Amino acid sequence: MRPLVATLVTAALLFLFFVPMLTDLVGRPSLLALACRILIYAMAAASLNFVLGYGGMISFGHAAFFGVGAYTVGILYAHFASGELLFGFIPGSNQMLITLPAAVLVSGVFAAAIGALSLRTGGVQFIMITLAFAQMLFFFFVALKAYGGEDGIIIRRTNELAGLNMRDRVTLYYVILGFAVLFFLGLWRMVNSSFGAVLRGIQQNERRMAALGFAPYRYKLYAFILSGMGAGFAGALMANFLRYASPDMMHWTKSGELMIMVILGGVGSFFGPIFGAAAFMILETFLAGWTEHWQLLLGAVLLVIVLATKGGINGLLARIFRRGA
Amino acid sequence: MLNVANLAAAYGASQVLFDVSLEIGEGEVVTLLGRNGMGKTTTVRTVMGLLAARGGTVTFGGRQVQGMAPERIARMGAGLVPEGRQVFPTLTVHENLFATAANRLKRDEPWTLQRVYDLFPRLGERAGQMAATLSGGEQQMLAVGRALMTNPGLLILDEATEGLAPVIRSEIWQVIERLKSQGQSILLIDKNLGVLKRLADQHYIIEKGRTVWQGTGADLDRDAARVQAYVGL
Repeated sequence: MRPLVATLVTAALLFLFFVPMLTDLVGRPSLLALACRILIYAMAAASLNFVLGYGGMISFGHAAFFGVGAYTVGILYAHFASGELLFGFIPGSNQMLITLPAAVLVSGVFAAAIGALSLRTGGVQFIMITLAFAQMLFFFFVALKAYGGEDGIIIRRTNELAGLNMRDRVTLYYVILGFAVLFFLGLWRMVNSSFGAVLRGIQQNERRMAALGFAPYRYKLYAFILSGMGAGFAGALMANFLRYASPDMMHWTKSGELMIMVILGGVGSFFGPIFGAAAFMILETFLAGWTEHWQLLLGAVLLVIVLATKGGINGLLARIFRRGA
Repeated sequence: MLNVANLAAAYGASQVLFDVSLEIGEGEVVTLLGRNGMGKTTTVRTVMGLLAARGGTVTFGGRQVQGMAPERIARMGAGLVPEGRQVFPTLTVHENLFATAANRLKRDEPWTLQRVYDLFPRLGERAGQMAATLSGGEQQMLAVGRALMTNPGLLILDEATEGLAPVIRSEIWQVIERLKSQGQSILLIDKNLGVLKRLADQHYIIEKGRTVWQGTGADLDRDAARVQAYVGL
């Protein structure tokens, strides 16, 4: 990591650490909830960016994995509360250290199945097939009356973690921040590993990579599964944060929102999805308070970012700092 | 090591290879000569599985490989340096080299980053740079280094010195000579007859998709008139 980037990351981490104090200071505790949602969406968007930006796979169905992760937490909680076994042999749980890995595993399985089929196509077909699978899951959960159907599942209490008081919003913020830091550390290592380089190479030229002995399909599938797991992880945290999981989380518009975050922030950049998620959520919050037609304004902002900056917010910032430095 | 017999191949309806045969033994350097458009690159692409063979056989490392996927053939130890220095432009020099590094044939002294940087000191100096920012010659060196990092049993160089400055050219020839002295099997496609005569054990000339001549460097001299007609510079 270059020194300037390292300094900025340290500064950002310090800022994130003090967010609860700052929101108290300005007397708007609702901003803390906004910060939680930004962190969670940043993870989901970064997962999408892993396949979209680094792997060149334009998945229009990533909300499906986000929703599957959330539902895993919700369904496990429902069985924990009722005491019945899921499928007759899986006990429910309200322990975060069980539900989060379970959510990652389940969304990984879904990503493996969906990816294995969708990756046989490419281009526009790939976009449409991932979209179709996501919508299938959406309607499946809408029809799943046992778990609330279109009303979704209420999770009465956030999962427990190491005896912490998770009802305290500040504690929950720090838990989410901690998971986000771990998530992005892992992602950093992955992007900069040889696997990450192979993935970026495949995006540039699949045949060239094949001629070097790497089967593009298999590596793209690995990336797709990892990406689905990341989105599922974010979804599981979101279910814990909202204490609620609903089919809306996997609606195609949510996939679109994740994509907008990635594009706003900068496709194929490491920090882009974080900027994109922050920009999107902040714009949504403030524009929606201003006018109910906030999406129109968001569209205008997106247009300006795409047309006027090379590489989204990340690209813009990189240029500003390079000029300053 | 590699045996190509009566190979035929086509792009869609237009047949390019009709009857190409060549053989490379362990530790040999073999050239494939011929004018532009005669099928040299097509031969390489077919050997690598990038183009399906229409007929004939390709035997590599004792196994028939025609019809196999390119990544399988590459994993069996064929290292291609494609025509036109096709590096990955947005990866750094270091990433280009280490991303695909492997020692699938379990060589005793595998190529490492350090050994490639020793071979091409310029690459070591530019390790953190994007490959797109390298000069043409440096990109060619990177393409050779990348192929070496897969520790191939057979190194295939397609027009490795085309369009390069004479200084860079001779640097690449020196490297190829060093590789030969280390016992690396190499298939060379080039037009630089003078150097090739000195380097290679065996030459094949193809014309219009057929192997029309084969022989050693001495045979090349003896048959100068015919060779001139085929290769005609």
